[in-house]
Amino acid sequence: MSKQVVQVNRVVIRFAGDSGDGMQLTGDRFTSETGGLGNDLSTLPDFPAEIRAPAGTVPGVSAFQLAFADHDITTPGDAPNVLVAMNPAALKANIRDLPRGADLIVNTDEFTKRALEKVGFTANPLEDGTLDPYNVHAVALTSQTVAALKSFDITKKEAERAKNMYALGLLSWLYSRGAEGTRRFLEKKFASKPEILAANLAAFEAGWSFGETTESFSVQYEIAPAHLPEGTYRNISGNPALAAGLIAASRVSGLPLFLGSYPITPASDILHELSKHKEFGVVTFQAEDEIAGVGAALGASYGGALGVTTTSGPGVALKSEAIGLAVSLELPLVIVDVQRGGPSTGLPTKTEQSDLLQAMFGRNGESPVPIIAPQSPSDCFFAAIEASRIAIEYRTPVILLSDGYLANGSEPWLIPDVSTLPTIDPDFATTTNHEAADGTKEFWPYLRDPETLARPWAVPGTPGLEHRIGGLEKADGIGSISYDADNHDRMVRLRQAKVEAIARSFGPLEVDDPSGEARVLVLGWGSTYGPIGAACEITRRTGALVAQAHLRHLNPFPSNLGEVLRAYDKVLVPEMNLGQLSLLLRAKYLVDVVGVNQVRGMPFKSTELVDAIIATIESL
Amino acid sequence: MTETLPMPSLRLVPKSDDLLSAKDFKSDQEVRWCPGCGDYAILSAVQGFLPELGLKRENIVFVSGIGCSSRFPYYMNTYGMHSIHGRAPAIATGLAVSRPDLSVWVVTGDGDSLSIGGNHLIHALRRNVNLKILLFNNRIYGLTKGQYSPTSEQGKITKSTPQGSLDYAFNPVSLALGAEATFVARTIDSDRKHLTEVLRAAAAHEGTALVEIYQNCNIFNDGAWEPLKDSDVRDDNLIRLSHGEPIRFGKDNEKGVIRTSDGHIKIVHVDEVGEESIIRHDAHAKDPGLAFALSRLANPRTLTNSPIGIFRDIERPSYDRLVREQVEAVVASQGSGDLQALLTGGDTWTVS
Repeated sequence: MSKQVVQVNRVVIRFAGDSGDGMQLTGDRFTSETGGLGNDLSTLPDFPAEIRAPAGTVPGVSAFQLAFADHDITTPGDAPNVLVAMNPAALKANIRDLPRGADLIVNTDEFTKRALEKVGFTANPLEDGTLDPYNVHAVALTSQTVAALKSFDITKKEAERAKNMYALGLLSWLYSRGAEGTRRFLEKKFASKPEILAANLAAFEAGWSFGETTESFSVQYEIAPAHLPEGTYRNISGNPALAAGLIAASRVSGLPLFLGSYPITPASDILHELSKHKEFGVVTFQAEDEIAGVGAALGASYGGALGVTTTSGPGVALKSEAIGLAVSLELPLVIVDVQRGGPSTGLPTKTEQSDLLQAMFGRNGESPVPIIAPQSPSDCFFAAIEASRIAIEYRTPVILLSDGYLANGSEPWLIPDVSTLPTIDPDFATTTNHEAADGTKEFWPYLRDPETLARPWAVPGTPGLEHRIGGLEKADGIGSISYDADNHDRMVRLRQAKVEAIARSFGPLEVDDPSGEARVLVLGWGSTYGPIGAACEITRRTGALVAQAHLRHLNPFPSNLGEVLRAYDKVLVPEMNLGQLSLLLRAKYLVDVVGVNQVRGMPFKSTELVDAIIATIESL
Repeated sequence: MTETLPMPSLRLVPKSDDLLSAKDFKSDQEVRWCPGCGDYAILSAVQGFLPELGLKRENIVFVSGIGCSSRFPYYMNTYGMHSIHGRAPAIATGLAVSRPDLSVWVVTGDGDSLSIGGNHLIHALRRNVNLKILLFNNRIYGLTKGQYSPTSEQGKITKSTPQGSLDYAFNPVSLALGAEATFVARTIDSDRKHLTEVLRAAAAHEGTALVEIYQNCNIFNDGAWEPLKDSDVRDDNLIRLSHGEPIRFGKDNEKGVIRTSDGHIKIVHVDEVGEESIIRHDAHAKDPGLAFALSRLANPRTLTNSPIGIFRDIERPSYDRLVREQVEAVVASQGSGDLQALLTGGDTWTVS
């Protein structure tokens, strides 16, 4: 039976099921096939903090959303076109996001009286008309999977577990995705369990065939490849991209990479990833606590390594004193904060941008620390190199602010040619740098480079440069302990000036304003880049004019930022916090920026930003 | 200057071509401890002892935390870091793991290492990182001007405990043994010969060596260790542990330590039990049982029956060595990493 094939240019799918249903894996596989077909894509995993919350409950629902298109896209989509709900809890948790008329694929096997009651359905929504606004495909996913696998020598439970592959097969048929990559993936995953492998492949095939033959689906969709720049692509999420960036920074600087870290969601995957790459000489140290993680990294930096610590907001709070020590010692150190919902333990698996002020000010004393933020999952790679560059060249701790959405979300990445990466020169001190009145050659550890204000970095083992450093205030230049009031005033200002001087090492903020006549600027930082970009594009399609700019460097700001802000009648600043960048901009530039703020644990929807932009334009 | 000792812990540290002296290890900084502080004697002993290691001075690093003792690195003409309160073992761990060519020493006090930094101390000990930790124990907080510490005896009257402290004290040697330490020793600031012997053994040990040094704070806790220093009584109180020797002490060496039938140890008069019943000290015993029992012998209040010397000194590969071996094994089997291959990964597609 041949079916009608419809060309569409953009699709958003959400897979939702129980934590144990394998929804993340299903999403990952679909993503991988989709990337291979040349579509642009963006993904958003959303999973609970519990490893296995009670089965069949709303808190236990794990979801994976992906958008893919025949054109350049920057967000995983506001609302799904298709929702796959593996049980009543998944339906309950996700149905409010589904627009009327959208496709809803429901696993009817799980809609038992008990399962419905567990999540508070008094009637079966499949029967009481509540799902009438949607295009419902009621599929007995579990029993059809079990039936398809009855010839295999596996338990019923094992057969049931393959239902996610059945669903993947069905969706793959629906959107004309191939099976090759999934086959290769399963062959690797179940290499030692041939029967399970065969069963999973059969489940996938069965799901595919079901789509082809059932009357429940009357059309099949095709999405043409996007017109992406030429080159070789892979799909990548933020944490592995960040880990690769750190390895690359180690290579281009010639410094061995030392990671001191304590496991914390959503940053642990960076530790996992780096621990797999000892072939690059990477040392990963799982410390006894957050403080030891940063302490060991700082100790390694003191010895001439690229010292890095990875954590999330609560960990940064614990590391604050050691970061302050690094400010005082003026040694390179990269602190990666994969932000999550706060305060305190907050929402460990949900995204937020609420650590900006902690990164900026969360230490005692005048303690300036440069701050870098990546804007997309693949950009975590380049942001890690940039953070390392600043840390090494300016002898300073640098905070890299990623977030949960960047960490786990993914996008296609045009794989860079490593020969194009910048080099980083650690410029170790090897000789004395000062001559005393009596002609003695001396090493002054705080005699600064006049251009960068960076101090010389002499590592232990360098003969003749033995010196002592510490957290006590140091005399300008010679570096010995000094309690002199004027010296302290000078040193505080020098440390601040050094951080400000970093702005000379990167370019000005670029503004995307195609008409050059926009009166409203949308300024963001970090992971809001995608939704802001999409919102600006939609706004422009309505004929309205809007400019967009995005900050990578949050401390110091680009040197032209004040000028950019003052060039517009209104500046909108969307942030997943209550206005932290807004506060900094208002304080520094006396510009009355307007915050657009939410802390729902999920990225902005582009439509809500469009509404804010249009309202602002109309208010002028 | 003696010959360089064969020391497994220092085999990767470059040796000095020149003969160094204690003077070479004195920095140009004015020492600012209170006159009469026990720290002076320890500093002098360390400066006097280091030349015999025969190491290049630039390959020696002292890392400290916060407190009076932690000013130590400023006075050593080596590389040094005065860090933050309690964290020196963590910082030194990162340094030692990434730099096998360094001899890394941690200087800390009873507050720094047992209060705020207790966690880092026990984890450094269990990992067996190649660090030498000198714990100056004066049973008081000096730099904050006289509050009780985690080694102060219960009931201590201090500024923060006018009615007497209520906490039970830590026994640093017992704690270290419980934390799987491979080298644990105790010595006294004023006994330069003993202090030097212990330092020498600690330096030779591969892995974490914890040396508790009974140190006198003459301002806030003067005389805390007097029963072990006063020449009239010290021989009655001090038990000098020496590997392979019977554990005997007393003015006339008349006392000894035996095992009781219920498995404990106790002090006896040697004449009453006979020399053959006296336990021979075995610092190399795999089982830390005897060392632990010895660590519990002293009366923490009167200091009678206080063992000093090396309680435990066993061989176990150091953490930093294992880390290096793991990296080397991966490089040997896979070759050095190919960055382009890493970035490319396994699952790619081409747009042309």
